[in-house]
Amino acid sequence: MLRDITLGQYFPGRTIIHLLDPRTKLILTVLYIVVLFMADSITGYGLMLFVIACCIYISKISLKVILRGLKPLLVVIILTAILNLFYTPGREIVRIWILKITVEGVRQALFMVLRIVMLIAGTFMLTYTTAPIALTDGMESLMNPLKKIKVPVHELSMMMSIALRFIPTLIEETDKIMSAQKARGADFDSGNLVEKAKAMLPLLVPLFISAFRRADELAVAMECRCYHGGEGRTRMKQLRMQQRDYIALMFGAGLLLIMIGIRMLHI
Amino acid sequence: MDPIIQTENLTHIYSQGTPFESTAIKEVNFSAYPGEFIGIIGHTGSGKSTFIQHLNGLLKPSSGKVLFNGRDIWENKETTRQVRFKVGVVFQYPEYQLFEETIYKDIAFGPKNMKLSESEIDERVREAVDFVEVPQAWLEKSPFDLSGGQKRRVAIAGVIAMRPEVLILDEPTAGLDPRGRDSIIGNIKNYQKATNSAVLLVTHSMEEIARSVNRLVVFNHGTIAMSGTPSEVFSNVDELEQIGLSVPEVTKVMMRLKELGMDIDSSVYTIQQAKRALIDYVAGRR
Ligand SMILES: Nc1ncnc2c1ncn2[C@@H]1O[C@H](COP(=O)(O)OP(=O)(O)O)[C@@H](O)[C@H]1O
Ligand SMILES: [Mg+2]
Repeated sequence: MLRDITLGQYFPGRTIIHLLDPRTKLILTVLYIVVLFMADSITGYGLMLFVIACCIYISKISLKVILRGLKPLLVVIILTAILNLFYTPGREIVRIWILKITVEGVRQALFMVLRIVMLIAGTFMLTYTTAPIALTDGMESLMNPLKKIKVPVHELSMMMSIALRFIPTLIEETDKIMSAQKARGADFDSGNLVEKAKAMLPLLVPLFISAFRRADELAVAMECRCYHGGEGRTRMKQLRMQQRDYIALMFGAGLLLIMIGIRMLHI
Repeated sequence: MDPIIQTENLTHIYSQGTPFESTAIKEVNFSAYPGEFIGIIGHTGSGKSTFIQHLNGLLKPSSGKVLFNGRDIWENKETTRQVRFKVGVVFQYPEYQLFEETIYKDIAFGPKNMKLSESEIDERVREAVDFVEVPQAWLEKSPFDLSGGQKRRVAIAGVIAMRPEVLILDEPTAGLDPRGRDSIIGNIKNYQKATNSAVLLVTHSMEEIARSVNRLVVFNHGTIAMSGTPSEVFSNVDELEQIGLSVPEVTKVMMRLKELGMDIDSSVYTIQQAKRALIDYVAGRR
């Protein structure tokens, strides 16, 4: 059912990748994406493939899980492949009616698909190995300098933490209400668009009512515990960079340098 | 007599094929007959809710079968849909699924989905509110103006209005005061008597239903651990306590008296029965 959605889900573990500081992982993910977009040769893509394969191996996340996460984007990937395959000018190898496949087209299609897949796999590495709360903490800490220009960093991250915290609850609630209405013969799957939209009403009304009730209860509970925003607030779990974080960041910097080298030498 | 609803080796595994895979119920064989009032007990997480959601086809078995009147409910799409109406399920905290502007419309939701005529729907809505003791005068009120207990009655009426042949309720009395609890169980019993339907009532409190049911089914770790009349089940005190379920206090008292050497009938679970047993004992001694 709804719960089986894996996009953005966290898989607990105790591997070195799980243990890295969320800030390190955020920086490395951004770095990885930048380097990935710099790759423009077989060597470059090969290097990135090797890097992501190593990460997946170390994190012990099964390949099956990652592939399942890619499923919702299958259409985009196939579309990219087809467009690049047929619309890249260059040396022709086959011709079907007015469509021609070129050597450059094959190369381009392969690279683009690889780029999308590795991009997604890379971000999955982040969300699969980092608890959502750790992730928002990391973001808050990285964005801290923005407080100087009056960006409400703490409030934003608190909102995000709460939203993340309630996603599973809301999914569970949706599941329950859906079952209850189905038990009274509600049909959410058939009919045209208008009928489908109408059929959602028995689901949406109770869902909104309960979301508002929860928000209200949470606000009261937070006030009762004297929550008053980020000012002067300390943390129980402080983020601390460890030796492994510095080593990981050094690996990241190394990767960037190698990629620059590959580009400059045109290999 | 043939069972109205039956399961054969029913197994359900949640999130099969993911790291979160978990077996909620395994190899459950169960049957219920028309006119039975069955209590299903078990501690939280023992698989009761998972089990009942199979009986009206909301969950599909990972393996095994569910039969309604001897026919597999997953035979084809139409059968599955019809079973939704014949086997009514009232979920836990049903008051959270109310959505219509008026109580009348909310109760009519089920019958409407059955494609009944207006007059038939009207008859059923009125009959249903009578069963749950909600005044007819309230029908045009908004369900959101009611108290928690009243909302729950309306929600139960919404299922009763489909006139299910099997009525299943998942912890219908959770969070109610004792009087509201007894009254709702009384209402359900009236429905069962009037329609000769089978009723399955899920709970984790023994005291609550021991008096009303003909049969108790005890769930533990996704399997049926015990099944029988209340006195049969309550005679296994040790086993029940191991499972983490409590026996009614009066039963415990009577058991203890028996242990102390009094020759009394200890398979009782209500104050009335205990009183009779004690009177019998005293009379026997004289
Ligand atoms: N939608 C679900 N997804 C995954 N696991 C579930 C789901 N619903 C229940 N479970 C698990 O199945 C087991 C049985 O739960 P449930 O049928 O709700 O028990 P009960 O109603 O007796 O408390 C529990 O271990 C629970 O965590
Ligand atoms: Mg339950």
